[in-house]
Amino acid sequence: MGPKKHKSSILERKKEVLKGLQNLGSSIYDQMDQGNFPSIDMPSRSTDNIAYDEQLRQFILGDRRVRRSVRNLRHLKPFAQLVWAALFSNELSSQRKTSTLRDVYYSAQAYEMTFKDQQESNNIITDLETILGFSREDFNIFPEERSAVFGDLTIEYTVPGYEGKTLDLTSHPDGVLIGPALTSSEFVRTSADKVIAIEKGGLFTRFIEENVHKKYNSILVCTAGQAPRATRHFIRRLSEELNLPVYVFTDGDPWGMHIAMVIISGSANAAHLRELNTPDAKWSGVWATDIVNYKLPTDPLDEMDMKRLYELQKDPRYKDPLWRREIKTFMKIKKKAEQEAFSRYGLTYIVDEYLPRKLEETK
Amino acid sequence: MAQTTFEEISAADFFYRNRDIAGFTNPSRAIFVAVRELVENSLDAAESHQIPPDIYVRLSYEGEASQDTQIYKLRVEDNGIGVPPRHIPSAFGQILFGSKYKLKQQRGTFGLGGKMAILYGQITTHQPATIVSSTGISKTYMYKLMIDIQRNRPLIVDRRVLINKEMWKGTIVEFTLEGDYFRAMPKILDYFKQTAMVNPYANLTFVDPKGRLYKFTRITKEMPPPPKETLPHPYGVDVELLQRLIQITPYTSMNEFLRFHFHRVGDITARKFLEFSNISPSKNPKKLSHEEIVRLMHMLKRFREFLPPDASCLSPLGEDLLKAGIVKELKPEFVVVHQRKPSTYSGHPFIVEVGIAYGGEIPKKGVFLVYRFANRIPLLYDEANDVSFRVITAMNWRRYRVMPDMPIAILVHICSTKVPYKTVGKEFIADRPEVRKEIANGLREVARQIQHFLSRREHVDRERKRLGVFNKYLPKIAQFSTQLARREKPPDIEKLLASVQKYGAEEA
Repeated sequence: MGPKKHKSSILERKKEVLKGLQNLGSSIYDQMDQGNFPSIDMPSRSTDNIAYDEQLRQFILGDRRVRRSVRNLRHLKPFAQLVWAALFSNELSSQRKTSTLRDVYYSAQAYEMTFKDQQESNNIITDLETILGFSREDFNIFPEERSAVFGDLTIEYTVPGYEGKTLDLTSHPDGVLIGPALTSSEFVRTSADKVIAIEKGGLFTRFIEENVHKKYNSILVCTAGQAPRATRHFIRRLSEELNLPVYVFTDGDPWGMHIAMVIISGSANAAHLRELNTPDAKWSGVWATDIVNYKLPTDPLDEMDMKRLYELQKDPRYKDPLWRREIKTFMKIKKKAEQEAFSRYGLTYIVDEYLPRKLEETK
Repeated sequence: MAQTTFEEISAADFFYRNRDIAGFTNPSRAIFVAVRELVENSLDAAESHQIPPDIYVRLSYEGEASQDTQIYKLRVEDNGIGVPPRHIPSAFGQILFGSKYKLKQQRGTFGLGGKMAILYGQITTHQPATIVSSTGISKTYMYKLMIDIQRNRPLIVDRRVLINKEMWKGTIVEFTLEGDYFRAMPKILDYFKQTAMVNPYANLTFVDPKGRLYKFTRITKEMPPPPKETLPHPYGVDVELLQRLIQITPYTSMNEFLRFHFHRVGDITARKFLEFSNISPSKNPKKLSHEEIVRLMHMLKRFREFLPPDASCLSPLGEDLLKAGIVKELKPEFVVVHQRKPSTYSGHPFIVEVGIAYGGEIPKKGVFLVYRFANRIPLLYDEANDVSFRVITAMNWRRYRVMPDMPIAILVHICSTKVPYKTVGKEFIADRPEVRKEIANGLREVARQIQHFLSRREHVDRERKRLGVFNKYLPKIAQFSTQLARREKPPDIEKLLASVQKYGAEEA
C-alpha cells in the first residue's frame, strides 16, 4: 500500500463530493429556469425499504424511491432546507472548514432558514447523504462524539495549515482524537499487524499503559461506546488500506455485543451509505461463554437487556453460529459482565492472559 | 288543649319573612338584586314611552355593618315617564301594587322587585327611602317613605314639592341597604355589560363604592316597537281562566265570547271551532255546565286551526339591534343573529332570538361563553339549570366545525308575555319542550352560518399561508441553487410564483 495512492483517493473523494453538490444545484437551477417546480428523487429510507444484503454484509436501501417536489406545499420548506444544507456543505468543503451537526442547526439562522429542532436539521443532512451517496463527514459535518486511536501508525494531514505534516499516533499517551483532521489524513506507514477496538476509555488507557500496542503489535481504537460513523469509517480504512485484521472488545452484555456488530455490519440508520462497516472484523469478547469460563463477577440481566436479546435474535445480522450461541448463552445464564470484571484476577490479567487467548481464538 | 291561631299576614310581611324567594338570599346576592331590580324598573319606565333610557346608578359606602357586610347607599336615576305624585307612596311603599298586571311583555312581572329592594334596605338599615319624581310638569315631588310591614302600607316620613324649571322628567330612588359589594362586584359588572348588550339604545352609568366609573354608551336611538296588551290565546287557557271570563263576560253567545275574549279568534275561526267542538254558536256561555267548560278547554287545546299568537304583544329586540348590541359590547370578528318566528307554550306567545359571535375580543376559554336573556334581562345565576344552557350542551357543535376551544360567545334571548322562570328570583328558565325546540332550531340556524363563515375563513387562511410559504421559500431555493450551481444570475421564478397565485385564486 503506497502512500501516494491514498493521497489521491482522499482528494479524489473531495472532488467527487463537490461535483455532486454542484450537480444537485444545477439540476434544481435548470428545472426552475425552465419554469418547472424543481423536484429531487432519492431512495426511500422507510423501514420497509431497508433490507440486509448478504453480499455486502450490511443493510442497504431497496429500489423504492421518493420524490421531493416544490409543487407540494409540505415539501417546500424541507426542500429549501435541503438546498441550503447542500450550499452550506459546499462552502465547508470548498473552504476546507469543518462543522458539527449542532453548527448546522445554528448556521441556518443566518440565512433566515429555520429548523424546528436539532432532529429536523439532522434529518435534512441525512437526506443530503441519501441523495449524493456520501456521508456527512464527506461534507465536513461531524458529530459531537469523538473517539480515539493509539498505536504505531504514521499519518499525513491534508487539512489546511497541516498539509504534508505527519504524526506518529503513539506521540500522545492519551491517544489521538478521531476527528476531522485525522479522518481526512492519509496513512503513511505502520508496523502494526492488527487493530484492537475497545468499547471503554478506561480499558483503552489500561491497554496503552500495559503496552498492548507493542506486546501485540497493534493499533488501539477506543470507540467510546457505540462507535461514531467517522470511527467506523476509520476502522474500515485501517482494515482495507492497511490490510489489518480487526478485533473488537466490548462489555459482556447485549449492548456491547451490538457495538461490535455495528462495526462489523453497519446499522439500519446508515443503510443509504457504504463503507462504514468492516465485514471482516471479529468480536473477540467479552462473550457470554467467557463469563462462564472465566467465572467473572456478574450483574443480572434486567428486563431491557432481555428485550434487547429477543430483538437481536430476530436480526438478520446475527445469523452466524457464534452470535446465535452467545445470545442463547446470555439468555440461559441471564447475567452480564463488564470488561473491568477481569480485575478480580489482578489488573494485568486481562492483558496477559485473556487478550492473547481471545486473539488466538478469533483469529 | 292545643290551639291553632290563624292569622292573615300582609304581602309585605310575607315577603319580609320569605325574602329568599325574591332573591335576597345573602348580602352579596341582595346588593346585586337591588341594583338589578331598580335598573329594570327604570328601563321599563323609559321604554314604555319610547324614550331611549339614560340611567345613572351610584353605590356609595356608608359604613361597616358587620365583619363581612357594609352599609351602602344606592341611588338610581332615570329619564323615564315619572310617577304621578299621588301614586308615589304606593308605588314605592306597598308590595304588589303596580302597573304591571297586564298581558304584555315587560321586564318585571310581579311588580315586586323594586319594592322588595326598598323593603330589604329598610329591614337592614332602618332608614327611609327617598323618591324624587316628575312626569315632566313644572313641579317635582320628593317623598321620604318607609313601609309599614305589618299593614303593607307606605309611611310618609317627609314630603316636599320642588320647582321643576327644566321640566325634568324621570325618577330618582335612593335608599341604604346592607350588602357585600366586593363579592357581588363581578356579577354587577357582568349585569351592566350584558344589559348594555341587549339594550344598545340605552346609556348606562355606574359609579361603584370606590368611585370607579363604568359607562356604557348607546350606539343607536332606535328602539324596538313597544309591546301591545293582548288577550289570552285559546291554547293557553285553563278551566280557572275560562270560569273567570264567563263570570265577567257581557256577551251572550259563544261566538261573541270566543271572538272578544281570545287572541286571534275572528268570526270564521270561531265558527269553525264551534262546529269542530259541536257547540252551538248561539249558546250562552253563562249556561255552560262545569263538564262543558272542562270539555271546552280540551277542545280549545285540540283545535288545530287557531292562528299562532301574533308577536305584537311581544317586543323582541330584532336582528339589527341584537347584532349592534353584540358588536358594541363583545367586539367580535364575526357575528350572526337570528330571530325565530313567534311560537307558544301553553298559550303564551314567545319569541326566541339567538346570536353567535366569533373571535375579536372574545376570549378563548375552553368553553363557550353563554349569555342568557329573558325580556332583555341578563340571567346571571344558575346557568347549568337553564334551558338554553342545556340545549347548547346537548347540541352537536362538531357538526358545525365549532369547537369549545374557539373564541365563541352564544346569546339566547327569550321574550314572552310570561317567561317560564322557575323562581321569583328570575335566574333561569324552565325546560319547556316548545321553548327548547325553538332555541335548538334558532341555534342550528346561526350555527350553520358560523360554520359557513369558519370554513370560508379557514380556506382564506390556508390560502394565505400557502402563498406565504411559496413566497418565502421559492426565492430562497432559487438563491441557494444559483450559488450551488455557480451561476451568474438566479433563475426566473416569476412564472412559478404567478402560477401559484393563479392556482390560489381559482381555489378561493
